[in-house]
Amino acid sequence: MSKSILYDATLCIDCKACEQACATHAGLPYNDKIAAEEYQSAHKLTAVLNKNEKYMRRLCQHCLEPACASVCPVGALEKTALGPVIYDEHKCMGCRYCMAACPFTVPKYEWEKPLPQIRKCTMCYDRVSRGDVTACTEACPTGATKFGERDALLKEARERIDKNPGQYINHIFGQTEVGGTSVLMISSTEFTKFGLRADLVSDPLPMYTFRVLSRIPDFVPIGGALLGGIWWITHRREDVAAAEAAEQAERDKNKGGRQ
Amino acid sequence: MPKFRFTLWKLVLLFFMAVGAYSTWIRFRYGLGASTNLSDQFPWGLWVGFDVLCGVMLAAGGFTLTAAVHIFNIKRLHAIVRPTVLTAFLGYVLVSVALMFDLGRPYRIWHPLIMRNPHSVMFEVAYCVMLYTAVLSLEFAPIVLEHFNLKKPLAILEKISIPIVICGVILSTLHQSSLGTVYLIMPNKLHPFWYSPILPGFFFLSAIAVGLAMTIFESSMSSKYFGRALELNILRELGRVLVVVLAVYSILRFEDLYHRGVLKLMFISGYEQRLFLVEAFLILCPLFLLCIRKVRDSAQGLYLAAVMVVLGFITNRLNVSITGIESSAGTHYIPKWTELAITGAIIAAGFAIFGMVAKYLPIFPEEHESSTNAVPVDAPVVASAMANAGD
Repeated sequence: MSKSILYDATLCIDCKACEQACATHAGLPYNDKIAAEEYQSAHKLTAVLNKNEKYMRRLCQHCLEPACASVCPVGALEKTALGPVIYDEHKCMGCRYCMAACPFTVPKYEWEKPLPQIRKCTMCYDRVSRGDVTACTEACPTGATKFGERDALLKEARERIDKNPGQYINHIFGQTEVGGTSVLMISSTEFTKFGLRADLVSDPLPMYTFRVLSRIPDFVPIGGALLGGIWWITHRREDVAAAEAAEQAERDKNKGGRQ
Repeated sequence: MPKFRFTLWKLVLLFFMAVGAYSTWIRFRYGLGASTNLSDQFPWGLWVGFDVLCGVMLAAGGFTLTAAVHIFNIKRLHAIVRPTVLTAFLGYVLVSVALMFDLGRPYRIWHPLIMRNPHSVMFEVAYCVMLYTAVLSLEFAPIVLEHFNLKKPLAILEKISIPIVICGVILSTLHQSSLGTVYLIMPNKLHPFWYSPILPGFFFLSAIAVGLAMTIFESSMSSKYFGRALELNILRELGRVLVVVLAVYSILRFEDLYHRGVLKLMFISGYEQRLFLVEAFLILCPLFLLCIRKVRDSAQGLYLAAVMVVLGFITNRLNVSITGIESSAGTHYIPKWTELAITGAIIAAGFAIFGMVAKYLPIFPEEHESSTNAVPVDAPVVASAMANAGD
């Protein structure tokens, strides 16, 4: 039961209703100046980009196995069973490893505040867990942003591409990227034009770390035994040498006494 | 009580600390945005790259030397264990202080204690660093206890000293390599010169190399500025081990670059290429120098090689944490003056505290007779600050 968002760039008209709805839901200010900003930030959790009248919406991809949640030392970020990746600002200590690790550079920081927190799209977790659709989906007048089950949306994206191969490039962004994401995107232009990377690995990123990290429980007892063993051998050698020297001295003394 | 005297180097240290204090105010009053050049594109800068990554590496002499002396029973090295443990202890305390500047909400630094995420490398590093700092304080404690002549706790520590040393070596191995594991999750962000699946191994080996090099560096400086005889025969020994570690590191590094098909990038002119070559030069040059017996036998030669090793691996870690990230982030990062000032103040505090501790506590062994190997060393004058800091 994993919820997803499908964004179809060919249906988007750059009305920015999703940006407005998102700001309202997150309790953030929204005005013409913010609307003109062509990037995400701590006060703009989603942005519609415009490159030569081709549009692309950027928001958290909500990875199926998110790097951010895996690297967070205090578990402030969490992938919910429902689909959204959510953030608990009461746990966060501000190490910003999530920002460094995210392959889409989604988590943003409140740099100007003395006590900052991470801000990111949470796929309207409160609304979604009530059974509603996300604020951006509700606001979208053309259906470019659609909310639903991941399997169904993936099938629909495939159908749209297959029906109109001339209209779309043959790529569902989010199907396999970093092991798959809960936000799927289809478009008529290359995703790289909008700063999305084409060379992303298809393995889930947390695996890269966990391959190494999972060896630690074995390393501790083995390492301990090994070091203890080396200590025992090196010191035992010394004891033996000392004992032999003493024996030799004793023998020499006895020999001397008899003569 | 000796009268407090102002010397030039004390003034320099005080100057650094004063500028650092002002920067500290900016940092905590106005936040990270006002005090750093960090951004959403570039969330980790000098404080992570230098203060934490290099700081932990520079303090690696502690576990290297305690393992050599207490586990491998190499008694000749005993004379230099104490100053090395002091450096390591100070190093880890200062890394923790630096971390308080970098964390957005430093008062929550204890959160990993109870909010555990065992899948996070950062969580593992946090635990290891915390436990290892505790281990170092136990390894350092006998020096304080001796000074105040407290026999009973001293005897207890003596009894558990071997398990403590073993814990220290395991914890160090884990977190030194894990600092490399931190970057394994960025296969698409870190430049191929530095992203390697065996990055944890490189970080561990470089920690050992720098641990040895820092011990040579430190002994040379303290021999000059505390007027002590130089244990040249000991340093020569360390130099020989350093050759082996550097050779293993360099061969592995070459193999890794070769198998990932990255070697050809070395000939394509660019920003990353230049910094990679600087790093390669600073690591290979001392490797060749130390292979020459004459260099290993001379105090100056050892000192020069040690300094190059330290600088080489500092360059390496800054490359991993800063240079290698820049092109994927699409931005250049140059630290703000406040970032530099705070890092400078932390280093200055390290020198001052080392000088003071060395003055009042028995960290150097008594010299019974003047060693035949006693040679004065030409260390840079910065170190004189250490000698005078405690006045």
